[in-house]
Amino acid sequence: MQIAISLQENNGLDSAVSPIFGRCPYFMLYDTETGTFQIKENSAKSAAGGAGVQAAQMVVNEGAQAVISGNLGPKAHSVLASAQIKIFQCESGNAKTALEQFQQQALSSLSGPSAPMHSG
Amino acid sequence: MRIAIASGKGGTGKTTIAANLAQSCARRSKNEVWLLDCDVEAPNAALFLQPTFDQEKESIRLMPIFNQEKCDGCGHCAQVCTYNAIAVAGGKVIFFKELCHACGSCTLNCPQAAITEEPETIGWLQAGHSDELNFAQGKLKIGFSSPVPVIRDLKKWALQNASQEALIFLDASPGCTCPVVETLRDADAALLVTEPTPFGLHDLKLIVQVVQDQMELPCGVVLNKSGENDGLIEDFCTEKQIPILMRLPLSRQIAQVYSEGTLLIDALPELEKPFQMLADQLQSFEKQNPEVGK
Repeated sequence: MQIAISLQENNGLDSAVSPIFGRCPYFMLYDTETGTFQIKENSAKSAAGGAGVQAAQMVVNEGAQAVISGNLGPKAHSVLASAQIKIFQCESGNAKTALEQFQQQALSSLSGPSAPMHSG
Repeated sequence: MRIAIASGKGGTGKTTIAANLAQSCARRSKNEVWLLDCDVEAPNAALFLQPTFDQEKESIRLMPIFNQEKCDGCGHCAQVCTYNAIAVAGGKVIFFKELCHACGSCTLNCPQAAITEEPETIGWLQAGHSDELNFAQGKLKIGFSSPVPVIRDLKKWALQNASQEALIFLDASPGCTCPVVETLRDADAALLVTEPTPFGLHDLKLIVQVVQDQMELPCGVVLNKSGENDGLIEDFCTEKQIPILMRLPLSRQIAQVYSEGTLLIDALPELEKPFQMLADQLQSFEKQNPEVGK
C-alpha cells in the first residue's frame, strides 16, 4: 500500500514530519510492499486558497491509501474521507520513526479534522 | 471620465472626499455627475448624501450544481478550478462552495455536461439621486465573502444609461486587494486620499504600487488631516512625481461636521472652492494627457 506523509523537508527518511497538511512543503509517498519511496513537492503549498483541498486531491491522485500528518483541516479531511483514505496523526519525529510507529499500529487514527480551517 | 477614489489605509477620508467632491461637481456641472459607492462591505457615502433611491436590483452570481448521476468522476472540473473549490475523490465530486468564485470554468469543461448553474443572491444594488447628483451603491449579502462580483454588477447596472460625457466618481473600499482593483478597473484616473502618519504613508506606498506601477493610471493625492507632519507624504510624492492636489487640515471643526453626517461644503462654505479646484485638476488628467501625474 501507498502511504503519504506530510514533510517539512526533503531529506529522505530523516525528513521531519510536518505539523500541517495543506501547506506542507513536501509529501513522501512510501510503498510498504517494496519499501521504496519518492518525495514530491506539494503543489498546493503556496495556493491562494483551498490548499488543503488541492493537497488532498494530489494525495488521492497519487493513489495513497493512508496519510500520516501532524494535523489536518476540515476540507482536506472530507476529500480524503471520500476516497476512503485512512488518516493517522503523528505530531513529532521523522518519516522513519513515523513509519515504524505506523507498522506497530502506534499512531492514532483521525476520524475527523484535527485543526480548524486556515491552520495550514 | 471615471475617477476612482482609493487610499490603501482605512479611515483617511475617502468617503468624505468622494461625497463632497461629487456633490460639489454636480451642483455646478451641466453634465451628468455620478458617485458609485463601491465599498459594498460597508457603504456609507449615503450617510452624507441622504439620497432618494428609485431603482433596486438583486445582485446574483451563477453557482455550479453537480449532477452526481451524470458525473463519471473524470476530475476535469477539479483540474480547471483555479480556486481549489472542487475535489474529485472516490469517484465523487466534493464541492466547497465558500471557495467558489462562480467563474463558470467547471461548467464549460465538463465532458459529461453534468454541471448546470443556478443563480444565488450575493447582494443588492440601489440607484437614485441626491439633489443633482446621481448616486448608486451596492450592499454585499451578510455572510458572503467576495465583494468583487457585486462591485462589477454595480458598475455595469448603474452606468448602463450614463452619458458619454458623464463625470463618474467611484468610491473604493480601503486596502489594495481585489475589491479595490475591481473599482479601479477602467478608471481614467485615481485620487488617493492619505494622512500624514507612518500608517498613512505605508499604505499610500502600497496603493501607489497598484495604481501607478500595475495599472498605469494617472493619480493625485489628497492630504487629509494635514499639519506639521506633512513632510512624510510630501517627500514620497516628490519622489514618485505625484501631485498633491488638495490639503484638508486636521481640524476639530471638520471632524465635528463629519460626525454629524453633514457635507463639509454645506457646513463650511470656504471649502467649496478647494473642492472645485480639485475637480478641475482631476479632469485635466484625461487619458489624452497621460504624462500628468504619472
